[in-house]
Amino acid sequence: MSVATTVGRPQVDSTTSRSEATPVLDPESREWLRSLRSHGREHDEAVERLHSLLLRAARYECARRRPALPHLRGNDLDDIANQAADDALVSILARLDSFRGASRFTTWAYKFALLEAAVKLRRRAWQSREVPLEPETWSLFASAGIKPDQSAEQSELLDTLQGAIADVLSPHQRRVLVALALNGVPIDVLAERLNTTRGALYKTLHDARRKLRSHLEEQGLSLETLEETK
Amino acid sequence: MTERPDLKQALGRLLGPAGPEVGCDECFEQLDRYVELELAGADADAAIPGLRAHLVGCPACREEHESLRALVGGEQAL
Repeated sequence: MSVATTVGRPQVDSTTSRSEATPVLDPESREWLRSLRSHGREHDEAVERLHSLLLRAARYECARRRPALPHLRGNDLDDIANQAADDALVSILARLDSFRGASRFTTWAYKFALLEAAVKLRRRAWQSREVPLEPETWSLFASAGIKPDQSAEQSELLDTLQGAIADVLSPHQRRVLVALALNGVPIDVLAERLNTTRGALYKTLHDARRKLRSHLEEQGLSLETLEETK
Repeated sequence: MTERPDLKQALGRLLGPAGPEVGCDECFEQLDRYVELELAGADADAAIPGLRAHLVGCPACREEHESLRALVGGEQAL
């Protein structure tokens, strides 16, 4: 299954209402849609062109990330790029009717290939790594290299924050926050390990962050307050 | 007093963006339009509120935004 079909609906406070008129399609985008909706040879050729476009985007993403993935060989990266292009193609063909022309068709298509490639690369990078899920509360910040300077404000903020992580968050929120925000586990890797989606995990992270911010504000502390005291 | 950059970044990762933000799905939905607005020099943040904040709070979506912007921007520059 492609990544794009497994991302849950956003639950965070998206307060935006969008009522723009449907944009007029540019000629190139219109031609992409027409040929992809055609039949026979014309359709097959359009699908082939689209796959080539997606493969180019996926290879671009692999090349961008290659320095961070020294253990992957060129063949591995090309396999990942091809899988990403294949999965992106399936997603795009299934969602063709949802393209409204808010961008050019090629820009819209690229994002599917980049997403598929990025997720595959993140998962490959963590393939044999253990995902730390159970935080040791008392050493949370020390293990993540977070230490206050001499300032009383920083020490108080960190103490309060550490207490809030332990006491205010639910066990699931704590586990997700610590993995994503402290231990640097990529959200797609954690989603795979917990059998959930990026969207669902981000909602949990968002709710945890909101709880922590509220708690700090109740205590008269916040990141912004700390910055103002510099 | 000078705040250590790593501490500030770590607190930013823990507490996330302060303002309203869209979720990952909405970000993906709007990303192509957002990038084209940015590359056209338009006010993408005004057109799609909450997306910039999400990019600050979500490293994965931020990386994909950077890639799409670089890819499309590079093509436009040719």
